[in-house]
Amino acid sequence: MNLIIKNGIVYDPANGISGEKMDIFIEDGRIVEEVKDGRVIDASGKLVVPGGVDMHSHIAGGKMNTARVMRPDDINSRKKVNPGFRAESGYTVPNSYGIGYRYARMGYTTVFEPANPPLSALHTHEELDAIPMVDKGALVLTGNNWNVMNFVRERDIEKLKAYLSWLIFKTKSYGIKIVNPGGIEAWAYGKNMRGLDDTVPHFEVTPREIITNLIRANESLNLPHSVHLHCNNLGVPGNYETTIESMKLAEGFNNPERQVLHVTHVQFNAYAGDSWKTFSSGAGEIAKYVNSHDNITIDMGQPVFGSATTMTADAPAQFALHKLTKAKWGNMDVELETGAGIIPFYYSPKNPVTAVQWAIGLELGLLVDSDRVVLSTDNPNGGPFTAYPDIMAMLMSSKKREEELEKAHAFVGKATSLPSIDTEKTLEEVIQMTRSLPAKILNLPRKGHLGSGADGDVAIYDINPLETDPSREHERVKKAFSTAEYTIKNGEIISEKGEIKKEVYGKTIWVNSFREDDWNLIGDDVSRIFSFYSLELSNYGVEESWIRNSSPVEVA
Amino acid sequence: MMKSLFNMKCNFCGNVCDDILVQIEEGNFTTKNTCKLGYHKFLEHPRIEHPVVNGKKVSYDEAIETAGRILSESKKPLLYGWASTVNEAIKIGVSLAEMLGGVYDNTSSVCHAPTTLAIQEAGIPSASLGQIKNRADLLIFWGCNPMSAHPRHPTRYSVFPKGFFVSGRRKRHVVVVDVRKTKTAVMADEFIQIPPNSDYLIISALRAILRGEGDKLPDEICGIGKDVLNGLVERMKSAGFGALLYGLGMTQSAGRHKNVENAIRLVQELNSYTRFVLQPMRGHFNVVGADQVPTWEVGYPFAIDFSRGYARFSPSEYAVTSILNRGDCDSALIIASDPVAHLPMKAVRHLSKIPVIQIDPHPNLTTKLADVVIPSAIVGIEAEGTVYRMDGIPMHLEKFIDGEYLTDEEILERIYRKVVELRGDAL
Repeated sequence: MNLIIKNGIVYDPANGISGEKMDIFIEDGRIVEEVKDGRVIDASGKLVVPGGVDMHSHIAGGKMNTARVMRPDDINSRKKVNPGFRAESGYTVPNSYGIGYRYARMGYTTVFEPANPPLSALHTHEELDAIPMVDKGALVLTGNNWNVMNFVRERDIEKLKAYLSWLIFKTKSYGIKIVNPGGIEAWAYGKNMRGLDDTVPHFEVTPREIITNLIRANESLNLPHSVHLHCNNLGVPGNYETTIESMKLAEGFNNPERQVLHVTHVQFNAYAGDSWKTFSSGAGEIAKYVNSHDNITIDMGQPVFGSATTMTADAPAQFALHKLTKAKWGNMDVELETGAGIIPFYYSPKNPVTAVQWAIGLELGLLVDSDRVVLSTDNPNGGPFTAYPDIMAMLMSSKKREEELEKAHAFVGKATSLPSIDTEKTLEEVIQMTRSLPAKILNLPRKGHLGSGADGDVAIYDINPLETDPSREHERVKKAFSTAEYTIKNGEIISEKGEIKKEVYGKTIWVNSFREDDWNLIGDDVSRIFSFYSLELSNYGVEESWIRNSSPVEVA
Repeated sequence: MMKSLFNMKCNFCGNVCDDILVQIEEGNFTTKNTCKLGYHKFLEHPRIEHPVVNGKKVSYDEAIETAGRILSESKKPLLYGWASTVNEAIKIGVSLAEMLGGVYDNTSSVCHAPTTLAIQEAGIPSASLGQIKNRADLLIFWGCNPMSAHPRHPTRYSVFPKGFFVSGRRKRHVVVVDVRKTKTAVMADEFIQIPPNSDYLIISALRAILRGEGDKLPDEICGIGKDVLNGLVERMKSAGFGALLYGLGMTQSAGRHKNVENAIRLVQELNSYTRFVLQPMRGHFNVVGADQVPTWEVGYPFAIDFSRGYARFSPSEYAVTSILNRGDCDSALIIASDPVAHLPMKAVRHLSKIPVIQIDPHPNLTTKLADVVIPSAIVGIEAEGTVYRMDGIPMHLEKFIDGEYLTDEEILERIYRKVVELRGDAL
């Protein structure tokens, strides 16, 4: 069925459209120049933008489910019956239906899970399959994988490339994620990596070598997305230097299409000082570096005051957090590949450290150019994705930030520059940070814009951008972005004024770059290593037919 | 001609061994590499031969129609079992329970549920089985007897395997803590025989010693000399990588989830000295999936009540024995389990009073009491699907025989559609 969105005020940064009154046409699920007839939505005086794209949100897999089991308090905290649809539960770790419905209500239509452990990839896909409403994908964890570290040590870039192709194919992933390179392997014997030149025990490689060679392989394979990096030293005062050092590793690489390195949830890696007493912000230095290098992009990892659930493959960082907070702690070592740690957390405005973390996230969002920084909470590490509208309002309104700062611990004024930043992002910039930029970073040509050929994923918000001053009317802005008037997925209205209208199941987008020749190159090495797994090589990985709605992207 | 299928998966215990050789010839098959338990599982057993309603042989259509009618006319049906079927079937079962406003529970509520309650309190420091195989030089089996219950666990994952950093039996120190000298205790380096129901106190003593407060303890704790416990703590602290593997001896003795919570905290504290992990020895081949699927579908692993339209969790109210003892369900769908053989008499008595639907490949005691009996294909032989090994690692079971029976997934899907049709309110 065709859909005509009439007279809306359209923001489409990727196509240079900024607040123009125009009509949007959707035919067979895709945006087209024009259709003669179809269902008409009158969007007069309303904001029309592409469906939101969340490029980094933990929504599926073993760690999510362990977190749910660990947190009955969280599951209990929000319950909702949706007549005719599935019930929702949970706040920071909702059930799969809750995840899909809440994204849809907020006007988001694409979400990527950034941590797919190869050995349990099938579990990740089972949960992705259970999430309705959005298109999705997953990034495979590679930075502590034995084969990767072996090929890096042997300086065999061809084998490294072949292995990555095979791994992405076997796990039906979209791209390459690195978490604390080398550090999780070291954690298997209780150690961690403290700098880019530490040596990974037994494997005799350094984080510097792992990152550099994975970027090299990723670029040489011509994968759609760049390497997606969670840096070493997460959560440690003084770590901003490690972050900038890691960013410098991308300097020798260039890609005309996109960045060559995406550094994720940078707030957690933007700390100055040398202890929690001298803890302060390193966001300014990072912003300076990112703004002057066009091969780097970042996302914020913004903390939200209130409850959060931290979950990451960075198991040693999580053990340190457990020792610090004494909170309950889940850990999962994944043989030969990676790990995971899970800890409930609370960001209090009254706690000097968490208040400063909150301020650092906003500094990054405000100081980094809007074509380099994506809005994220590293859901649910900084807090739930449902807080995005609040963060959008804070980026657009210094008045709102002043109000929030009054509640926050005074240490924020000493340790960060947030109180003195009067930058206000425009509506267009915030649309860019939540739509066109994440789509460009992931390299999803049909997402994040409203040009002809794009997927018919559109969000309509009940706010007239031409008559609203987001700086003053930040409450209205937040309210409008919290509940889309209409969320449209492939031309169908899936949510209206917060009510689920239709349950749809989006695509699982993955990259197919594997060639049989690749296996000839690495088969012997991988088979040899496989005797140390606890299952057989032939039982490893995910078949395409097991995925509900598989959508492979072919790479030449 | 004989066909050989390599690396097939065993559908018996939580090990889900995936190196089984299946040889098929003219519709018959034999297996190799299995343990005794697996070998017997793959043998031919009596089958429920055809659908039955009230003792009469009927068609699948009629049995499914009757099942749909019973469920749709119930106020609060109990949907119980699930540990020996695939995730795809469990998923339909959970949505059926939600639609009906019923109760979902699985066999872990009479097994490793205390583990779940302990995870809620303390988290869980765990590892995949290959991590234990490659690194563990200290293995403590507590209240479990893998030599009898998970026979290939010691050879594949823990005691004997060739690991990367630690290889073979002699490089590993094996401790068994149990109330009796089991087969596993016989092959251990050290056996600490504890009195029944003393787990909590002994773990507490170990934690005290670990904290350097051993001098406050008496010379004997539950009959175990303090020197023995001192020695165990020293061994744990000095291990390169330790693993505490525990079973129903811990979860079903006095203290139950508090025992497990204490053990979790002990292992968490040990991580300040060395790496240490803990792993429950889960029983059925997909009891983990029976917990995991509802967790992502609705938020909780077992003992879930949907009577308010959303999921509520309360094991003391909604676990199978509690529901049945209270007489708080007016029909039951039992799948892939045998509650009549395993639950207390009072609970079974309530089952005998209400309409019971059973889905299973094999007859068991529950069959005798069921009003509707629906035969199904055997998972991992005649039906495929996803299961989770005891450490949560997913596996896909293949089918290698074309059976004459519908799969659990197909039967549940058809019951689901029948209920929607009868009630006219699709989810």
